[in-house]
Amino acid sequence: MTDFASVPLWLALLVAFFVMLGATLTLIGALGFVRLVRFYDRLHAPTLGTSWGTCGVIIASMLLASHFQNRVILHEILIGLAVMCTVPVTLMLLGRAALHRDRSEGRTDMPPVLRACRDDRAREVEAEDVDQPSEEAGAKGDTDPADDYTPGDDYTAPEETPGEEGEETRDRPSA
Amino acid sequence: MSGQILVFALGYSQLVLALAICLVGLRILRGPRAQDRVMALDALYIAVMLLFLVTGMRLGSLFFFEAAMVIAAVGFVSSVALAKFLFRGEVIE
Repeated sequence: MTDFASVPLWLALLVAFFVMLGATLTLIGALGFVRLVRFYDRLHAPTLGTSWGTCGVIIASMLLASHFQNRVILHEILIGLAVMCTVPVTLMLLGRAALHRDRSEGRTDMPPVLRACRDDRAREVEAEDVDQPSEEAGAKGDTDPADDYTPGDDYTAPEETPGEEGEETRDRPSA
Repeated sequence: MSGQILVFALGYSQLVLALAICLVGLRILRGPRAQDRVMALDALYIAVMLLFLVTGMRLGSLFFFEAAMVIAAVGFVSSVALAKFLFRGEVIE
């Protein structure tokens, strides 16, 4: 146990504020994580803890360590950097994996925007099947936002950039 | 006075973070599908890392900081590997 009595009052108040802010935000995120109903809603809840939850605890730790060591201590920023760089990657991958799983199983309990994308894509495939456009489909494929959302049945690869290969795989069912 | 404030704030934070870990653990047990459990694991290691930091502040020890540093740096690997697994059914292709 360290000697907390040597800490000046203003610093103690500041550290207490930041550490309680961080911990409380993490708790709120965990509560939301348990209580929200859909997976796509739950995806957002823990980010409360990874953004300002981590930030608050890190700032408090830096302030307290700087007081006890009598010099400026900034090691904790490394933790903040690591969390800030890795959490979005994880959540992106998880969200895409969940969407892929939901689509390949034919579920419909996803957010309306994602459902609409799927409907557009399905309608487009049907239209291609009907009038068999060869160049039009390729030109449309460059600017089509629904191109990133490949449904489960003709699924090829997730990291594929819409280039020549993507157009080839797109055109294959209609050719 | 400042000692009491700090002891209260750090104790409160430890309790709250432990409660958050319990809630996330509940989601791991209950989570209806695999992606819920993977995301709960992600949230769990963040909360444990914060608890390590707060405990390190309370005990004035540098070892907790190093442990938290390691968790923050490599903890995401397991979540990414599991997300890849959910995506394709295999981790390295």
